[in-house]
Amino acid sequence: MSGPRRAFWAVLILIALGLPFIDRNSAHISAYVDTGYIVLLALGLNIIVGYTGLLALGFAAFYAVGAYTYAFFASPQFGMHVSFWLMLAGGGAVSALFGVLLGAPTLRLRGDYLAIVTLGFGEIVPQLLQNLDKYTGGPDGIASIDQPRLFGFSFGFNPVPYYYVCLAVLAISLWLLNNLRHSRLGRAWMAIREDELAAAHMGINTTATKLLAFAMGSAFAGLAGVLLAGKYGAVSPSGFDFNTSIMILAAIVLGGMGNLTGVFVGGIIIGLLNSLLLPQASNLMHALGRFTHIPVLQAVDLNQYRFMVYGGILVLVMLFRPEGLIPSATRRAELRVQHHDAVVTGAGAEHMAAQEPVV
Amino acid sequence: MALLSLREVSKSFGGLIAVKELSLDVEPGSIVSLIGPNGAGKSTVFNLITGIYEPTHGDVVFAGRRLNGLKPNAVCAAGIMRTFQNIRLFAFMTVLENVMVGQHARLKAAVWDGALHTRFASNEDKAADRKAMELLEFVGLEAYTSFWARNLPYGMQRRLEIARALAGEPQLLLLDEPAAGTNPAEKDALMQLVRSIRDRGVTILLIEHDMRLVMGISDEVHVLDYGEKIAQGPPQAVRRNPRVIEAYLGKGA
Amino acid sequence: MHQFLQQLINGIALGGVYALIALGYTMVYGIIELINFAHGDVYTLGTYFSLTILALIPLSTITSGPELALVAVAVILLAALLCGIVGVLIERLAYRRLRNAPRLAPLITAIGVSLILENIMQIWKGTSEVPFPQFLPDRWHTVAGVRFDDRSLLVVGISLFFMIALNLFVFRTRLGAAMRATAQDRDAAQLMGINVNSTIAWTFFIGSALAGVAGFVSGLYYGTTFFLNGYQAGLKAFTAAVLGGIGNITGAMLGGFVIGIVEAMTSQYISDQWTSVVVFSILILILVFRPSGLLGEQAPEKV
Repeated sequence: MSGPRRAFWAVLILIALGLPFIDRNSAHISAYVDTGYIVLLALGLNIIVGYTGLLALGFAAFYAVGAYTYAFFASPQFGMHVSFWLMLAGGGAVSALFGVLLGAPTLRLRGDYLAIVTLGFGEIVPQLLQNLDKYTGGPDGIASIDQPRLFGFSFGFNPVPYYYVCLAVLAISLWLLNNLRHSRLGRAWMAIREDELAAAHMGINTTATKLLAFAMGSAFAGLAGVLLAGKYGAVSPSGFDFNTSIMILAAIVLGGMGNLTGVFVGGIIIGLLNSLLLPQASNLMHALGRFTHIPVLQAVDLNQYRFMVYGGILVLVMLFRPEGLIPSATRRAELRVQHHDAVVTGAGAEHMAAQEPVV
Repeated sequence: MALLSLREVSKSFGGLIAVKELSLDVEPGSIVSLIGPNGAGKSTVFNLITGIYEPTHGDVVFAGRRLNGLKPNAVCAAGIMRTFQNIRLFAFMTVLENVMVGQHARLKAAVWDGALHTRFASNEDKAADRKAMELLEFVGLEAYTSFWARNLPYGMQRRLEIARALAGEPQLLLLDEPAAGTNPAEKDALMQLVRSIRDRGVTILLIEHDMRLVMGISDEVHVLDYGEKIAQGPPQAVRRNPRVIEAYLGKGA
Repeated sequence: MHQFLQQLINGIALGGVYALIALGYTMVYGIIELINFAHGDVYTLGTYFSLTILALIPLSTITSGPELALVAVAVILLAALLCGIVGVLIERLAYRRLRNAPRLAPLITAIGVSLILENIMQIWKGTSEVPFPQFLPDRWHTVAGVRFDDRSLLVVGISLFFMIALNLFVFRTRLGAAMRATAQDRDAAQLMGINVNSTIAWTFFIGSALAGVAGFVSGLYYGTTFFLNGYQAGLKAFTAAVLGGIGNITGAMLGGFVIGIVEAMTSQYISDQWTSVVVFSILILILVFRPSGLLGEQAPEKV
């Protein structure tokens, strides 16, 4: 790690550790925890989209799988009460399994078809959760889920312990992912992103490697789901729809696909925007409205514009800064060069490349 | 015994026969060339060997093992590496990373080794790094390790592809038009490079249009035309073969 | 049997709407290989335009048949025109710049455009259901025990009319030929003197205009709409396009009717709440087992 980057992380860790003491507002701390879950989801999706170059759209489905797995195993629903800490691994594993089940038949599909298949899966899962009400509690979901306990102390609804658990999970995840990125597997993922056929000729089992990306990405989502279910003590299908998937996608696009720091920052920005800034900004507008006697401002609800913001991020970043706020060096060059090529060789350069004769 | 044998291998696409009953032996330690006019089916032969296509008829046998139906990654693991006619490097990975990926099949670190950065993974990666550096020196690219592959000039990209292929420790190296687009000085250097690869104990099967190169380094030459073999033998004999002259220059030349 | 026929009629009417939307997906995909994610929302926008225009017309004073027909035609054409313009603007502002970027880039942009359109409609008419003015007389027919009204007939009639018109356009006009040429090989088309940019813009115009027609038709048929309608309807219409073989115009129409009928039958014989699950399962199964669709050509894998 370079000096400035090391300093960046050091400052970040200090702020992160001290935050609940600086900001004692428990609603805020709760929002920080939710932001942490978004970051975790973004880190997972980044393995699939950023490293391996596979566009998965229905990612929230795996989040749902994790949350419901914990709900099934630790609530009166089926009378089981497995430990939260055990289920952190369990929920991740079940999500990974779903990732493999979905990935195995679909990963050989072309990029945009894969996007649509995962999107379809993302639609089916919440529908199933709604319709199979005998098991899932239908639209109301499952309540009275066990909340985590540690050394006889129950976390309850105090956000602070969840905050530190989330922080620990994030720290371990970042460490693992940074290792993976520079390992044999990480290089194989990127080789597949760059040229799948050439990767196969280097001895990479592309199917298994892509499947592994899917499984590991999904595991992160499952982990986030267990954390979420534990924190709120309740789950329902509504939190796992397409909009959630898009929010996660917006986080990695904004931060910079394929770059851990970028994805981390993107996750924090989108997470805070979602759980803290937009509601806060609305209140600010209302106060401003009362002060200036402008009725429009008093009534404005910025939450309404949430998806304009996410949509705007997706469009503007792709058009004007495709590498994101903090890109990986590689990705920046790639996306920039393709833009450049478009100018140099005229329309259809990529089209031609795709039609080139065999090898 | 031959290292690689094609035994009456045919490949057709729909009604089109791309390769017809081709038999060919590559002896260990030799440099064998495959030549022929454009569209003769040379690259198809490479694709049949490396598992992109499966032969419609016939067998591909490597070191006594039948390769038919194996996937490219399994063919690579068996000991065959290749380069591509239109360069297929990992454009936005560094030169060093490209060669590291080439070693994929020879590295053993499991997923958890990588994730936990175990001593094993760390040692193995260090060794892989050293080996990549050695190969880059061998092809003369040691000064460019941190460049993106796509930023190298064309001739260097060709050599990087060769280094990447050698990283897989192949017994047999398939070179698909390595001299295409290179200048005469680079061609001479390439000829030297191919010889020294053979001297490292790697057997070479080469597709090439540049006759000076082919005639200069091949132990044996096979000539394809319309998917069929029309001649084979030592370079000098093939060069004087009337069918070869006709295939290249057309009837009445 | 009677139930079955009844649902068949419903399915065909529904299928007409999906077919019209599917045409836009398939045309755009055929020409620039982009899944125009915002297309479903352009369709909902069509319904919004239609009901806004209808609200401006003093409908209660118009009672005669020919006058009503004139109103319908005028509203359809206006809604189609507005949607067409929206489509062209989207292409120009959001997609054209990315035409040679990695394929994921325009797809992500398209998702962003979709969200923006949905949010605009949400702000425009709110988050609750929006009623669609019913200006046609409520006339029902019974044939062989199956009941249907003028609206179903109109929906099917209008859909078929525009499909035939599109076919004639694509296969009988110069611009249609330019589109087919551009879809086959953009560079060759350019060398032949075809203005590729304007051809692509026209493709977006026509596809979006058809979505506008579908928006009117569905408003008429359901009598209500909702700002998020286009998301699921779009996904179902995309399923139809894939089912018929993406890029294939006849296939998109066929696929639209198949999906409409499947949806109607599912709601009759299984349950309303399972229709999405069934349709999206079909989507996944087709993409996995026969990605070329029913009528598409099996494209050889490019190595």
